[in-house]
This record gives sequence, C-alpha cells and structure tokens, in this order.
Amino acid sequence: MSEVLERVTKIIVDRLGVDESKVTLEATFKDDLGADSLDVVELVMELEDEFGLQFSDEDSEKILTVGNAVDYINSKL
Amino acid sequence: MNLQGKTALVTGASRGIGREIALELARLGANVVVNYAGNESMAAAVAEEIKALGGECFIHRANVADSEQVQQMVKETIDRFGQLHILVNNAGITRDNLLMRMKDSEWDDVMNTNLKGVFLTTKAVTRQMMKQRDGRIINISSIVGFSGNAGQVNYSATKAGIIGLTKSTAKELASRNITVNAVAPGFITTDMTDQLSEEVKQELYKQIPLGRLGEPKDIAKTVAFLASDNSSYITGQTIHVNGGMYM
Repeated sequence: MSEVLERVTKIIVDRLGVDESKVTLEATFKDDLGADSLDVVELVMELEDEFGLQFSDEDSEKILTVGNAVDYINSKL
Repeated sequence: MNLQGKTALVTGASRGIGREIALELARLGANVVVNYAGNESMAAAVAEEIKALGGECFIHRANVADSEQVQQMVKETIDRFGQLHILVNNAGITRDNLLMRMKDSEWDDVMNTNLKGVFLTTKAVTRQMMKQRDGRIINISSIVGFSGNAGQVNYSATKAGIIGLTKSTAKELASRNITVNAVAPGFITTDMTDQLSEEVKQELYKQIPLGRLGEPKDIAKTVAFLASDNSSYITGQTIHVNGGMYM
C-alpha cells in the first residue's frame, strides 16, 4: 500500500469510524463509507492539514472516492 | 456564567452594542478580539478597558465585507489564542432613505456590511469550530427585520436576512456542536439611535411597553447567555430584546 493511501486510510478510519477493510480505492465516501456532505468537507480539511495542501472548492467537489482523494494528493505532492 | 479559557471575536466592537458585548464577554473571562472598521482610537479604548479587567485582548482592523481581510483576522485570532469559540456578528451600518430615493450604493453598502459580512465571518470561523467540536455563533439582527421600518428597506432586509442565515447555519453545524442564534435588539441607546429627534423618541416610548429605550448592556447580557454553557440546547433561535415593543 502506498504511503499516501496509508495516511488517507488512517484519517478516514478515525473520522468515519469505518472498518479499514472497507476503505478501498473504489469506495465512495457517501454511499460506501456512510459519510454525509459535512463529513466529506471535514475529511478534506483533515487531508489538507495532513499533507499541507490546499484543495480548491472546485477540486474538492470532484473527490467522490478514496481513489479520487489519493490521486489528487499524489498529483499535488 | 463563566467564559474562562474561551476566545471570542466580536465584529464592530469599537462602540455601541458591540463595545458592550466585548466588555461583557471579557468580564466573564473570555479572551476577546475587538474588530473595528475605522475608529482605531475607540477600539484601543475598549482594549484598554478589557485589559484593566484583567482580560487578554487585541484589536484588529478589518472590513467584514472583505473576504481576505476577514480570513486574515480569523487566522490572527487562532495564531494568537490557539482557539476560537465565540463569534459575535455585530458589525452593522445604516444608510437610511425612502425607497423612492434610495441609491443603489446605499442598498449595496448595507447589504455588504450587514449581511455578506455575517456570511464571510461565519464561513471563516467554521473550520476551527468544527475541529474543536465547540462553537457559539451569535448574530445581531434587529426588531426592524421583523416589524419593518419606513426609511430602512435596506437595513431591515439585511436584518431579516440574518435570521434565515442563522437558521440554515444552525442546521448545517448542529452535528458539530456549534450553536447559531440571533439576538434582535429593539431601540437601544447608541450613536445609531442618538440621531433620532426628541420628538421621535417620545413617540417611541409610547410603543415600548417597558417605557424606555434599551441599554447596550441589555443586549450584551443576552449575548453572553448565548455564548455560555447555559444555552447549550438552544440553536437556530432569535431572542428579542426590545422592552416588549415587538412580540
């Protein structure tokens, strides 16, 4: 597992209280991981802090799956 | 009531109701950021009074209608105090005129400061309050947002708008333990109401069951209640503080 995915997974598990096995690249935050829209905003905030990045509002809206988040972070690092 | 260890940001705190709110929160032990738009010497005087009470305080000039200035102010608050628990959106202006005579600029200025300012400041503090799972946002509306007032289509529209903003924000943030409430003052003795003629004031008294104008401290004490733990189950509400003038 890539280091980015590992760190992203840890944040998702902590924040959403889901089992780590559910956090796959294909998993959607809302349907598969049970996040509501405010949860997603909070997750993005935590990812910003974790990776020292700033996600634009436009980009944030496109992050629907764990894979989207990992790809986005990788593209910015 | 005790606000020891809490940090409060009060907009428009150099005079009038905002000044009294800043002082009251400081008396209860909160660290206070005194925001002002232009009058530095009056803001500094408020800060001096707070320091004399033994409180931590700094003044910060920012136009609440300017997104960047607001974000900078919130950042400085968090850099300085580490946290931000209480936001009081008090900054407001009037540009009174009859509807038929009102200029676009009079409408826009009041909208920008009174309503957009609340949106921008609330948005800027939300990240910190969500992280803390602790926040109190108190918006200063007005009786005229409910009753209307000839000569104030702009001002009354912003004060009614604040109520919708308050309720929607309350619903969005409740799950994060952030409460959002409004206080709607009636006629309070401030520079804003000092401009009224004695004749107008005499007429006003007749419409106020308690028979007097309110004092800034009447508002400040209500705000302090909404900022405290005593109000933790109250959100999305408006408390009218008007001597019974509007019920």
